Amino acid sequence: MTATVRIPTPLRGVTGGAATVAVDGSTVGEVVTSLEAAHPGVAERILDDSGGVRRFVNVFVDDEDIRFAGGLNTAVPDGATVSIIPAVAGG
Amino acid sequence: MTYVQALQCRECGRRVDVAATHACGFCFGPLEVVYDYDAMRGVVTRERIAAGPPTLWRYADLLPVLDGPNNQQDARGASRVDLGAGFTPLVPAPRLGQAIGLDDLWLKNDTLNPTGAFKDRVVSVALTAARSLGFDTAACASTGNLAQSVAAHAAASGMRAVVLVPSDLEQAKILATAVYGPTLVAVKGNYDDVNRLCGELADAYGWAFVNVNVRPFYAEGSKTIGFEIAEQLGWRLPDHVVAPMASGAMLVKIAKAFRELVDLELVEDRPCRVSGAQASGCSPITAAYKDGGDTIRPVRPDTIAKSLAIGDPADGYYALEAVAASGGAMEDVSDAEIIDGIKLLASTEGVFGETAAGVTIAVLRKLVAQGRIARGDRTVAVISGNGLKTTDAIAPTVGPTFEISPNLDDFRTALSLQESV
Repeated sequence: MTATVRIPTPLRGVTGGAATVAVDGSTVGEVVTSLEAAHPGVAERILDDSGGVRRFVNVFVDDEDIRFAGGLNTAVPDGATVSIIPAVAGG
Repeated sequence: MTYVQALQCRECGRRVDVAATHACGFCFGPLEVVYDYDAMRGVVTRERIAAGPPTLWRYADLLPVLDGPNNQQDARGASRVDLGAGFTPLVPAPRLGQAIGLDDLWLKNDTLNPTGAFKDRVVSVALTAARSLGFDTAACASTGNLAQSVAAHAAASGMRAVVLVPSDLEQAKILATAVYGPTLVAVKGNYDDVNRLCGELADAYGWAFVNVNVRPFYAEGSKTIGFEIAEQLGWRLPDHVVAPMASGAMLVKIAKAFRELVDLELVEDRPCRVSGAQASGCSPITAAYKDGGDTIRPVRPDTIAKSLAIGDPADGYYALEAVAASGGAMEDVSDAEIIDGIKLLASTEGVFGETAAGVTIAVLRKLVAQGRIARGDRTVAVISGNGLKTTDAIAPTVGPTFEISPNLDDFRTALSLQESV
C-alpha cells in the first residue's frame, strides 16, 4: 500500500525539501511510522508526547479529516494522498 | 518606532524572527507577536493614546507596526492601510438591559466600521503589516465579512485582492465583496474546506493571506476592541464582556488587551470576566466548555450564523483558557433564539446586528437568566457586524405590518385591526 504524503513548508527541512513523499502504510499511524523511517525527525513534529496527533496539526486522507474518521487508525487506501496541514488558520 | 521584537510559539515557546509565517516550524503551534513591554512603560500613556486618531490606530504602539526597508507608501502617502476602522461607539443599552435584567449594559457597536464588521480592524492591521513585509496581493478565506473587508482595504490601498468564500454564502455578502473588484472565488464546500485550501495556497503563492500566513499580525487587531472598551469606560475594565466566537480569536485578544492595559498600568487591575457565545449549530468551543474537557472536536456547521460557522476553531483552546482564567462562561443558542436576539436588539436599542450579534444577545440573555451575570454587573456585549449583511436570516419573520391602498379609510381600518390584536 503506497500513499503520497503532502509535506507542508515547515516540515520540508526534514524531508530534504521534498513537497511530497511516497511511503507505505495502510493506516495513518503506519504512514507516520514509514515517514519517520525515511525522514527521521518527522514524527516528533506531528505527534505529541503521548503519541497522539498534535492539536495544531490537521491530517487529511484524501479529503477526509482524520478526526472525523478513525484518527491515527484511519485507513489509507492504496494510492491515497495524505495531507499534513498546520491547523492554525482562519477566523 | 516599533516595539515588536519577534514571533513566539504559544505552544512550545520557540521564537522566530518577524516574517509572514503563522505556524511554529517545530510543533505547528500558533505564532504570537512579542512586544518590548518594558520599553513601552511610561512612554505609552493614556494621554499619548488619547492624542491619536479616532481610529484603532490610536493604539499603534500596541499593534504589530513593522518598521523596515520594505515599508511602502500608497498613492496618498500613507504607510497604513486604513479606511478608518475602529474607535466605534460604546453606548449604554438601558432598554435592552431592562428587557433581559441588567442595570448597566453597554453595546460595543462594531456595526459602524467601514464595511460593517469588526473584521475591518484585523484587516487594517494585517494589510499594513503585509505591505511592510513587501506583499502586493491580499488574500483570505472568509465566511463573508472578512472577504468584504479585505476586498475594500485592498482596493483603497492599490493591492490586488484574492478572496475565497463558501459558495453557499448569503447573497448580500457575495455582492458586497464583488463590488470592490477582487478575484472572488466561490468554493464548493464549507468554511473549513475553504480554509484548508487557503492553507495550501499560502504555501504555493506569495500572497498575504490575512488569516493564514499573516495571521499573527491580523489577530492582534482584535485587541483594539478591548482597548476601546476600557478607554471609553473612562480607563476602567467592565465587570463582564460577552463576545461571539467563530475561531475564538476575538475573545482571546480582548482578554489579552485587558491584560496589556493592566500590565502597562493604564487601567486598574480588577476582575473582568470574559464570556463566549456560539450558535448551537456550530458550537465546538462551547461543547468542550460544557464537557469540562480539554479536547475540541471539530463539527460540520449547520446554522444561520454563517459568520460564526467555523467547525474547526483555531483559537478554541485559548478561548477556553481565557474564559476559565477570567471566571467567565460559555453558552450557545438555537437559530430561533438568534433571530429573537437580532429583533430584541433592534427593537430596544435601534441597532441592527447580523446573525453573530443575535448569537451574542441571545447568549447574554441566557447567561443572565442562569445567574452567571448579576443584575448590577457593568456588562459589555460586542456587536460585531451589521444586520444588512444577513437579511436572508430574518426575511421569513419580519415584513410590512399591513398593506393598504393609498386611502385614509383603509389606513384607519388596518390600524384599528392591528391595534385590536
